[in-house]
Amino acid sequence: MAQAMGFFTDTSVCIGCKACETACKAWNQLPAKDGGKPPMTGDSYDNTARLSGEDWRHVKFIEQFDEDRTNGRWLMMSDVCKHCVTAPCLEVCPTGAIIRTEFDTVVIQSDACNGCQLCIAACPFGVIDVNPVSKTAEKCTLCYDRLQAGMKPACAQACPTDSIQFGPITQLRQTAAARLTQLHEQGEKRASLYGADDSILGGLNSFYLLLDKPQAYGLPAHPTMPTRNLLWGSLSSAAAAVIIGVAGLLGLRARRLNEQAGQEKAPDA
Amino acid sequence: MPDTFFTATPDWGWLVVGYLFIGGLVGGCFFLAAMLHLAGRPTDRPIVHAGYVLAMLGAMIGGILLVVHLSQPLRFWHMLVQSNTGSPMFKAWSPMSVGSWGFAAFSLFATVAAVGAWAEARHPGSRLSSVARRWPGAVIAAVGGALALFVAGYTGVMFSVTNRPLWGDSAWLGGLFLSSAAATAAALLAIIASWRGGGQHATLQWLQRIGAAALVVELLFLVAYVVSLGAAARGLAGVWGWALGAVLVGGVLVPLVMQSSKQATHGNPRLFMAAALVMVGGFLLRTVIVFSSSAIHVSGSGVHGL
Repeated sequence: MAQAMGFFTDTSVCIGCKACETACKAWNQLPAKDGGKPPMTGDSYDNTARLSGEDWRHVKFIEQFDEDRTNGRWLMMSDVCKHCVTAPCLEVCPTGAIIRTEFDTVVIQSDACNGCQLCIAACPFGVIDVNPVSKTAEKCTLCYDRLQAGMKPACAQACPTDSIQFGPITQLRQTAAARLTQLHEQGEKRASLYGADDSILGGLNSFYLLLDKPQAYGLPAHPTMPTRNLLWGSLSSAAAAVIIGVAGLLGLRARRLNEQAGQEKAPDA
Repeated sequence: MPDTFFTATPDWGWLVVGYLFIGGLVGGCFFLAAMLHLAGRPTDRPIVHAGYVLAMLGAMIGGILLVVHLSQPLRFWHMLVQSNTGSPMFKAWSPMSVGSWGFAAFSLFATVAAVGAWAEARHPGSRLSSVARRWPGAVIAAVGGALALFVAGYTGVMFSVTNRPLWGDSAWLGGLFLSSAAATAAALLAIIASWRGGGQHATLQWLQRIGAAALVVELLFLVAYVVSLGAAARGLAGVWGWALGAVLVGGVLVPLVMQSSKQATHGNPRLFMAAALVMVGGFLLRTVIVFSSSAIHVSGSGVHGL
């Protein structure tokens, strides 16, 4: 396997320009929504609303302001597939369409996917959606085609502030740790890393430097594998089956005994 | 906010609700029919036959719903065969993968059992009929009965094995779906037994008894489900919470009381009412489980639908 590659997204330098969104759509030939009509979400400068089959990058705008807007700050974050090391989508996919590549990234093979959408329900980050043209589940491929040609992913190439950095995971983790130290030394104590170690789903190959709690960015604090419920879910089902089955058989046995008793009594009557 | 609330919703609507209901209903029908087949007596046979035929019809309808709900329906076979290698596709840890095989096998057994039932009812002297009555029929009933239980329960486990609100927040959906499936099946077969008249009196009584047992189990799992949700139970605030309450009262408690007060007899409207409530409750339960979660989704910088 080639080296594990990924993204380190430093949200502290994101300026919300959406060059990543545009570059991603252009390179991956993703369709426009509603025939290209300008969407109005009414949610800050966010006109993409969410990651979807048509948008594999989504810049979030989080406005943290006082009531009178005298104090406050903007949080901006370019959201994308996290390319989890233990990926819930890959785990549950019943067709084998979702694979792990030689770059340790997670890719959905569109020609194998039949659109059951279980991966959408499994993803803890709300990343996957059905693309209306291919009618299959789609998401960021970490530009698998570009990686195979030795190129940077389109979004990282386009990012003008290096908020999105691409490279080998080991190197990115060192860069992130150094940046975190720098921010802490400058007094930005709220800065933290999200997914830069193995604690979240074995590590996120697309990890973040955040300036607030993960939830403020719409990220789950402790995402887990869906199979955490497999054992107890199966046991609950089996328990119900055993109880109802035994009740049914006991009922049939009682009926047979009653009938036998009735037949024995009958000659005396 | 619970971690599951930061996820996106699959577009699972009425087709999935329909499959959950019909799959559970006919899985339950086959299971009850198989019990009567293996441990019952000759007067139970008409209900055994009805259970098997319903299972076959339901497997056909359920299979169609499953295929049509895919956004690429013609690739339904990718669930069973790897499209690029041609080797079997199976993941023991993915309930949908195991479920695809289980449902396919159940459909096969339900069809064979229904053919046997048809032969027994319409051509009692035929060779097929005698095969259906002897050990091959019993084997079909036993293996098919186990598969039927699997079909009735795996969907609940599949919903628990996700990261969606109100699904992945509880491990008890498998037991809830299975017990509800058995209750709806007992209700449907009880209606049929009641229509068929006096010959099925003992069968009807047994169906009512096992239906009541299934409702009690369903009640326990429903309570366990809501309690296990913890903080995620806020997703049930509003119309879906009321609908789940309606399932609890109208689909479980009222039919239990109606059935326990007096043994219903044939053609009794009380029996029919209780059975109809159980079936409507079973359908509403699946509607609530699917749509209450789908109402919650991320958009912009927050979670919507709460």
